[in-house]
Amino acid sequence: MYNYPDSTGHFGQFGGIYMAETLIPAVEELRTQYLRYRDDPEFKAEFAYELKHYVGRPSPIYHAKNWSDRLGGAQIYLKREDLNHTGAHKINNAIGQALLARRMGKKRVIAETGAGMHGVATATVAARYGMECVVYMGAEDIQRQSPNVYRMKLLGATVVPVESGSRTLKDACNEAIRDWVTNVESTFYIFGTAAGPHPYPMMVRDFQCVIGNEAKIQMPEMIGRQPDAVIACVGGGSNAIGLFYPYIEDTSVQIIGVEAGGHGIASGHHAAPLTSNSKVGVLHGNKVYLIQDENGQIIETHSISAGLDYPGVGPEHCLLRDLGRAQYVAINDDEALQAFHDLCRFEGIIPALESSHALAHAAKIAPGMSRDKVLLVNLSGRGDKDINTVARLSGITL
Amino acid sequence: MSRIQTTFDKLQQHNRRALIPFFTAGDPSPAMTVPLLHAMVAAGADVIELGVPFSDPMADGPTIQRASERSLKQGTSLRGVLDMVAEFRLQDNSTPIVLMGYGNPIEAMGWEVFARRCAEVGVDGVLTVDFPPEESHEAFEHLQRHGIDPIFLLAPTTLEARIEQVAKLARGYVYYVSLKGVTGSGNLDLSAIEQKLPQLRKHIKLPIGVGFGIRDAATARAVAKLCDGVVVGSRIVQQIEDSTEATVIDNVSALIKELRLAVDQA
Repeated sequence: MYNYPDSTGHFGQFGGIYMAETLIPAVEELRTQYLRYRDDPEFKAEFAYELKHYVGRPSPIYHAKNWSDRLGGAQIYLKREDLNHTGAHKINNAIGQALLARRMGKKRVIAETGAGMHGVATATVAARYGMECVVYMGAEDIQRQSPNVYRMKLLGATVVPVESGSRTLKDACNEAIRDWVTNVESTFYIFGTAAGPHPYPMMVRDFQCVIGNEAKIQMPEMIGRQPDAVIACVGGGSNAIGLFYPYIEDTSVQIIGVEAGGHGIASGHHAAPLTSNSKVGVLHGNKVYLIQDENGQIIETHSISAGLDYPGVGPEHCLLRDLGRAQYVAINDDEALQAFHDLCRFEGIIPALESSHALAHAAKIAPGMSRDKVLLVNLSGRGDKDINTVARLSGITL
Repeated sequence: MSRIQTTFDKLQQHNRRALIPFFTAGDPSPAMTVPLLHAMVAAGADVIELGVPFSDPMADGPTIQRASERSLKQGTSLRGVLDMVAEFRLQDNSTPIVLMGYGNPIEAMGWEVFARRCAEVGVDGVLTVDFPPEESHEAFEHLQRHGIDPIFLLAPTTLEARIEQVAKLARGYVYYVSLKGVTGSGNLDLSAIEQKLPQLRKHIKLPIGVGFGIRDAATARAVAKLCDGVVVGSRIVQQIEDSTEATVIDNVSALIKELRLAVDQA
C-alpha cells in the first residue's frame, strides 16, 4: 500500500526538513497543528464550505469535443480548475493554509509567487480573513505577469520585487524564507506548491486532492468509467499531485506529469528536472531532483511559463517517477504555445501557459490512440494573465 | 586533540574569548582568499569560518548574498575552496578552519569524498546551514569517520528538547544564532541572549559561539561577555566589499584588530 510521507516527512529518499535551525521549530509547530486539524470535523467542514461557496467547487469536467475531433484520436476531457475563484487551482491550498493560520493565531501571511496565481490566491484569502499579506515575486516575473501584480495590489497585498539571482520563482522562495526567519513568530508562510520542508508537500497535496477526488466521482458520471490517463503540468507540482494522488492506487489509470521543456531538453534551457535526468539535491527545505551544475550550484531555468520556471520539483513526484507509477515528459515552449492557441480557437477557452503544457502533451498522444480512449487533463488555470506574453511572442503590442 | 579543542582550551586557560571571523571564499577574488586567511590570523582571529558560496543562500542577508555572487562569478567551487584550505595549511597548521555553507554543493560531491578531502586538506569543522540534526545522519557519519567536527546551529526559537538533541551530536563548538533573521540583520537583543545562555549551558558542554548581528566593536565586546566565542560575518564581508584588491588586506586586518581588542576587553 502506498503511504507517504513517513513520519519524518520523507517520500523514500526525497523530502525532509532541510531548513536552518531558526525555522525548524516553526515547521515542527506547523506539522503538529496541521495533524491536529487535518481530521478535525469543524476544520473540514469550514474548508468544504469555503471551497463550495467562495471558490465555486466542484469545478466541472468538460469534454473538449471539437479539439478531440480535430486531433482524431482519444477524447480529451478538461478538469476546469480555471473556473475557480481567482482563476486557478492555487486557491484550494491558499484557503486550507489560511484556515490553519487563523487557528494558529497568525495575523500576517507571506507567499512566493511565479506566475502570480498563488500570490493572487494568497492575497485573496488574506483579504477574505483580514490578514496582512506580503508576496515575494521575481522582478523578471513581475514584468511578464503584470496583470497579476496589479490584482494582488487591489486585494491589499504588498508585492515585493526580488532582484537577486535569476529574479524568478526560486529567488522569490529564497526571499520569502528570509522574511519567515525574521518574522517567524507573527507570520505564517503560505507555501504555494507541494514542495518545501515537511509538512508542506503533504499538506499542500492534501488540500489540492479535492481536484482528483472530484474527478473520480465526475468521470464515472460522465462516461461510466475512469479515464485511461490523467495528465497535468508539473512545476513544483501541486495541481498535478492534487489530481494524481487519488488515482495512485488505481493502476488502470496512467499518470503523466508534463514538465516545461523550454527551448528543448538538449538546449539546456528548460525547467524539467525529472525529464532531463537531473541529480538529487537539496533546495528550499527538501531533497528532490534538482537542475544544478556539477558543483551543486543551481542553474537558471527557462520556461515560457513563469509558474513552471523552477529548478526543482515536489518530492512526491520524484518518488512516483522512481517507483514507475507516474511518467514524466517535457513539452517545449512552442508546443505549449500551439496548444494555447488551439484551445482558444476550437473550444473558446483561454488556458494558462502552465496548463498549456499538459494540453500540448494530450494533443501529442491523442492522435495515436483510438477514439474510445479518454484523457483527463487538468486545466489548472486560466490564461488571462498570459495575454501580454502571448501577444509579444506573436509580435503584437497591446 | 583537534585544533578546535586545542584553541578553545588555550583561550579558556587565559580566560579569553575566541574571535571567529567569517568571510566567503573566493571574495573579492579566489587569489585573495589564502592571503586574507593569513592576515586574519595575524590580526588576532582564533578560528576562521570560511564560507562556501552557494547560488541560493537562503539564510543570508544582502551582504553575504552579494559576496556569494561575486565569488561564484569567478568560478569558485567547493573543490576550489578545499584547495584553498590546503594552501593555507602549508604555512599555518594550528588555526582551526570551519567550512560554512549550504548542503547542496556537498551533496553533489558526495559526503564521503567531501569528508575525506576535508581531512586531507586540514579542515577542522563543517557547518551546513540547511542540514538540521534530523537530516544530518549521513553527514555526521562521514564527518565523524574522518575526524571532522560537525558544528550545529542553535537559535532563539530552539526549544529545550532540541538543545539536548543537538548537544549529543555537536562537536567542536556550538554556534548560537543570536537573533531571528538572516545574517547581517541589525536587531541584536543582548538581554535575550543573556536569558537564553543558561538554558544552552545546561546541556551544552562545548564552547558556545554567538553570531548574527554583531556589527562593531561595541556589540562584539558586549556579546563576548556572555559566551566563549564571537562570530563576525557580514561586517567583515562588508569591509571586503568596500575595499579594493590593493586595500582589502589592510582594511580587513584593521577591523579584526579592532574586534580583537573589543573581545579581549570583555
